[in-house]
Amino acid sequence: MNWLNILVQGGLLGGFYALFAIGLSMSFGIMRLVNIAHGDLIVLSAYVALVVTWYTGFDPFLSLAIVLPVMFGLGYALQRGLLNQTLSGGLLPPLLVTFGISIIIQNGLLQGFGAYDHRLKEGAIETASLQADGFFVGVFPLLVFAVAVVGIASLQLLFFRTRLGRAFRAVSDDADTAELMGIDNRKLYALALGIAMIFTALAGVLFGIRTIFAPSSGPIRLILAFEAVIIGGLGSMWGTLIGGMVLGIAQAIGASLDPTWQILAGHLAFLAILIVRPSGLFPRTRD
Amino acid sequence: MTLLRAQNLSAFYGDFQALFDINVSVEQGETVAVIGANGAGKTTFLRAVAGALATSPESVMFDGQPIGHKTPHEIVRLGIAMVPEGRRLFPSLSVEENLLLGTHSERAGPWHLKRVYELFPRLHELRHLPAPSLSGGQQQMAAIGRALMSNPRLLLCDELSLGLAPVVIRDIYECLGAVTAEGTTIVLVEQDINRALDASSRFYCFQEGRLALNAPTKNFDRAAITAAYFGL
Repeated sequence: MNWLNILVQGGLLGGFYALFAIGLSMSFGIMRLVNIAHGDLIVLSAYVALVVTWYTGFDPFLSLAIVLPVMFGLGYALQRGLLNQTLSGGLLPPLLVTFGISIIIQNGLLQGFGAYDHRLKEGAIETASLQADGFFVGVFPLLVFAVAVVGIASLQLLFFRTRLGRAFRAVSDDADTAELMGIDNRKLYALALGIAMIFTALAGVLFGIRTIFAPSSGPIRLILAFEAVIIGGLGSMWGTLIGGMVLGIAQAIGASLDPTWQILAGHLAFLAILIVRPSGLFPRTRD
Repeated sequence: MTLLRAQNLSAFYGDFQALFDINVSVEQGETVAVIGANGAGKTTFLRAVAGALATSPESVMFDGQPIGHKTPHEIVRLGIAMVPEGRRLFPSLSVEENLLLGTHSERAGPWHLKRVYELFPRLHELRHLPAPSLSGGQQQMAAIGRALMSNPRLLLCDELSLGLAPVVIRDIYECLGAVTAEGTTIVLVEQDINRALDASSRFYCFQEGRLALNAPTKNFDRAAITAAYFGL
């Protein structure tokens, strides 16, 4: 096992964690919403894709054409109908409500699908790899990394080049003043969670292709997403990608020493960065 | 024509009553000052008009319509814009982005980016800088420009002079002339009484949440203002 290999495999894995984290980062950055149900929404997206593939015979990639709009709508409705009501009372009410949503999703999935493991099957691409000088890179991890990079780049374009993005940044800076300037914060928040859910759904479907999932798979995704966001620094999308890569590389190093250390090594790297730089590597969000 | 009328307006912060049965009426095209000591309820009054504080529907009438129950973004759309106390520019946006934010109310009218830059040429030079890097006076210009971008019929100005040098304050008040020339109605809240009375045709003096005096600014009686201001 050479070091270059560890860095590349770990870095690509980081693309996955970044994809997990984008939705979380967005909803915290714009509406200061700490979404405890985020991991479960990732898993829910995978189940929605599973159902779509059952009923339509689409492969998982094609199912995105249905899953993404459905999850956008769910995010919009969730924010508009429920979460907006929790935002005026500080940090605690949204925490409690999303914690409740997390429990509802997990138990709903358990009721509907049982505790069995499921997988989304995409065929040959799952195991395909590119080879050079005895050096292997999986096609699927590369694809996931590319999706994360393109996703973050398009979000940056949205934030810094569009009228909607300007409104998102203004509301993130100072929601009360934004409202006084004519912005309908509640509608904007609903759009933000809708867009965040598009990335959550992408993460969920790709996750379901890469590995098995069950109703209880959500919380560990939430922790990984949190760690990527915190390492990268709150509010910075590219920071989140770097945060994911730090996590992935730490896990790859841990795994190369002893396979049982993989997850622990990631958490240790997170703790180390929290100690050295409590606000993360590239903090942006102002409070 | 009466553009804004507050009738028996009361406003609360939780259990604390900040305004008691305030009656204020502002004619179209007028510039009216609201003066008073710290804590007299001047800012509360502006916030209630702008919708940031909930009041009963009929207690604030704009252009004959009750607006006391409406949200701030609905009220901006009707044509009331606010220059908030302390400027409150968006720190992560550039100067130009701050100005463009005023267009979210989607109101047509005489004010647009080019016109605001004509009024405040310095802002054009600084347009790509982040808002916090501007001086206090420049930030105040940007805050006024941002409010104008929504083409308001009524402009609410909260403490324009706060923390600014006298020469800068003079410049800013001179620019308000261009605003009133468009027929825009202005309500000025000020602690600087002389400045406020110079710029307005009528004034209201608040004292501890109540209306203490209401008079034209010409030939005003200084002793009467002092009495109303301090409650002597």
